[in-house]
Amino acid sequence: MSMGAVTASSKVSTTVRVGAWIVPAAALLLAAPFVIDPFQTLTLTYGLIAAIGALGFNLLLGYTGLLSFGHSAFFGGGAYTVAFLIKYLKIASMELFLAGSVLASALLSVLFGYVCVRYTRIFFGILTLALSQVLWSLAFKFFWVTGGTDGLRVPTPTLLGAAPTDDKMDFLVHRYYFYVLAVFAVCVLLMWVIVHSPFGKALQAIRDNETRAEFIGIRIRRYRLIAFVISGIFTGVAGALWAPLNGLASPDILVWTFSGEIVFMTVLGGFRTFVGPIVGAVAFTYLKTYAVGFTVYWQLLLGTVLVALVLVLPTGIMGAVEQLASKWKRAS
Amino acid sequence: MNLLATQALAKSFGDNRAVDAVDFNVSEGEVLALIGSNGAGKTTLVNLVSGLLQPDSGQIIFAGADVTRQSSYERIKVGIARSFQIVNLFDQLSCADNIALSIFSREGKTAKLISLAGSDRAVWDEAHDVLRRFGLDRQMAVPAGTISHGERKLLDVAVAYALRPKLLFLDEPTSGVSTREKAPIMDVVTSIVRSGGITVVIIEHDMDIVFRYSERVVVMHQGSILADGAPDEIRRNDAVTTTLIGTHPSGEAAYGGTGHAGS
Amino acid sequence: MTVFIIHVLNALLYSSVLFLIAGGLSLIYGVMRILNLAHGNLYALGAFVTAWAVGLALEAGAPRGVLFLLLPSGAIAAAACGALIERTLLRPFYKRPEEYQLLMTFGLLMILEDLIRFVWGPNPLSATTVYATLGSISIGEDRYPGYNLVIIAVGIFAAVFLWAFIYRTQFGVILRATSQDKRMASALGVNVNRVYIQAFTLGCFMAGLGGAIVVPSQSAVLGMGVDALVLAFIVVVIGGLGSLEGALAGALIVGVVREAGITLFPEIELAVLYLIAAVVLLARPAGLFGRP
Repeated sequence: MSMGAVTASSKVSTTVRVGAWIVPAAALLLAAPFVIDPFQTLTLTYGLIAAIGALGFNLLLGYTGLLSFGHSAFFGGGAYTVAFLIKYLKIASMELFLAGSVLASALLSVLFGYVCVRYTRIFFGILTLALSQVLWSLAFKFFWVTGGTDGLRVPTPTLLGAAPTDDKMDFLVHRYYFYVLAVFAVCVLLMWVIVHSPFGKALQAIRDNETRAEFIGIRIRRYRLIAFVISGIFTGVAGALWAPLNGLASPDILVWTFSGEIVFMTVLGGFRTFVGPIVGAVAFTYLKTYAVGFTVYWQLLLGTVLVALVLVLPTGIMGAVEQLASKWKRAS
Repeated sequence: MNLLATQALAKSFGDNRAVDAVDFNVSEGEVLALIGSNGAGKTTLVNLVSGLLQPDSGQIIFAGADVTRQSSYERIKVGIARSFQIVNLFDQLSCADNIALSIFSREGKTAKLISLAGSDRAVWDEAHDVLRRFGLDRQMAVPAGTISHGERKLLDVAVAYALRPKLLFLDEPTSGVSTREKAPIMDVVTSIVRSGGITVVIIEHDMDIVFRYSERVVVMHQGSILADGAPDEIRRNDAVTTTLIGTHPSGEAAYGGTGHAGS
Repeated sequence: MTVFIIHVLNALLYSSVLFLIAGGLSLIYGVMRILNLAHGNLYALGAFVTAWAVGLALEAGAPRGVLFLLLPSGAIAAAACGALIERTLLRPFYKRPEEYQLLMTFGLLMILEDLIRFVWGPNPLSATTVYATLGSISIGEDRYPGYNLVIIAVGIFAAVFLWAFIYRTQFGVILRATSQDKRMASALGVNVNRVYIQAFTLGCFMAGLGGAIVVPSQSAVLGMGVDALVLAFIVVVIGGLGSLEGALAGALIVGVVREAGITLFPEIELAVLYLIAAVVLLARPAGLFGRP
């Protein structure tokens, strides 16, 4: 049996497996605003936005082996870019917001990445944390530019040229939701292609064995930087989508503990799989929303979940699902 | 014709002169064994030539060009490849992926972002072919971290081989492998590299392997080359036998049948 | 001149507290290779426990001397908490990749943050009586709070004590051996588990002590742990993770820069610190005294 046939059949089997999930998931997502109440839809929208951010983050963690504790810089960078475009350039177009945040995130991540990718593991994490804190402190201190702790208001934008309706809630729950869903779908497709490309394989090689990767001719630092930039752009796009939904851009999304939440949601879903971060982001968004609504001690709740997660379920939700699935297969 | 020639190549670690003004050369197409006790400088020499380390002084001339200042990436591009004594593989990726990565890299395709790796038939066909020749085709889709040690040693060589190098350094390709498995591994490796016309330098401790598979033996001791010649000459060389093999010049009997010397 | 002396004292004051926190963080990392993200919350715990103990004693009408004796209570509480954490939560992670340890300590941070809120509520706790007790001394024509000198003294004493402990005692030798090569130390008969719990407890004690001695001069407030951690990070980045001299040097540098920054460039003082940290990481990734 030739390699070609094996690849084809294993690809088919992966496609079938993924395909089996995609159709029902897409159907559910498309139907959501019409079947669940507005609050749930809003939560789902936040979840999809977080998923874009986590997807970007996991390119670095799951595929390149770099744990960043500074991704709040890109998320916040995207959000503040939108706020600045509104305040200083009087722009109201969502498309321009997205373009602007892609540009800003790219610049920021090239700058940060150039410094950070010379290091790995703990030093990489510390450096990303320190650099994101620089941004946070700047947002704080230059309050006349950034609005300080009060932040900057972000009113609803025009989507594809169409102005928002007067009923803000209806706008968010319907038109904005579908807009986010569309961007989400594009991001998922794009990331899927990237991680399955030769470049994606090279990243995984760097993750698994840096020395060997170097000795088959892969330029480690360069590829890590490219991964860092792509990762930053995805997370920046998430921040840009988040700002109009939240209505406000404030330093809370730049602080390092927010970076920790991004890590949390990715590990929750399972950072060793492609869909893990998506699942984890949506799950975490729901978890946090309900925790915050349920008790003032929601940090205790989430913290306990995280500790339990890394103690007993380090491969996350998707890891557990895959283990169950293979047990099922063996039993049948 | 010398494919590789080092001129007064030197590297010290503090007071330790690991490689001491060594003139080491390899002719095109030969299979050379590099032997010596631990600390003799063999691995350091290979690290210098492959680009893992920068020399303190001296030059490395490969295919007529001075590569001393070139990075490891550039040396791979000109045709120097190596395997590793302690197996270095991409454990979470499949065996096919491991080989395919070498091929993608060799063809300059690793920067392709918006294209599916699986769609490049030529690369995967070649990867399968390499695996088959190394006897690993059963393990094609299996993660490299899960196969047996002997198979990992073979895969380690195969990954370097897939770069289609001109000069291949094999760093103890049979270390950690049971005696029974050593010969089959070496048979596969030497037949493949010979048929590809690749020049091979093997670092080995197992004298059995050295004498059976190499055409020329270079003996290193304390950073310098002690002796250089055909296996039989080396076996009869008194200086070599006293420092390395043992006091009986009669060959195998000297080291009590375990086949290991100098470690 | 007087103003200059006061600035120097303020810088030393800040450095003392920072040294305690960062020194503890660095010690734990140096011995165990664990970066404890919850470390700042142990500093906060120390502050809250001490403020609470002092508050209780005040209500009971205790004399001033007793209040001072109660100051170390926060440090002891933090140490006890540390011992518990190490034994139950950290130990399972020693054989696992360090990313998981980091995540675990992040979860711990969240838990401790809310546990403090749960026990002591959302409002700040203070121990200003202790602060006021020592009045102020004259420096030139100005008055300077006497208690601040206590903080500086504790900082200096801690530095000297730690140095002696690590470089002049047998336990210190074992500590250093384990931090350099734990397998070798274990092969030589060192009980690595015991060294780990002792090192972690000591590190937490230091953080708690930082909180305990600082609380009379500034209240214990929710969120102080998270803020302190980032500053401790800057200190160890500049000074070098795992090095005591590094923690000292880093603390002094940060203290001086902060004091200069507050006086000269109040808007960007914090950002300047982060930038210095980033620059140091670029030029010398292991920090001034760190081992690469």
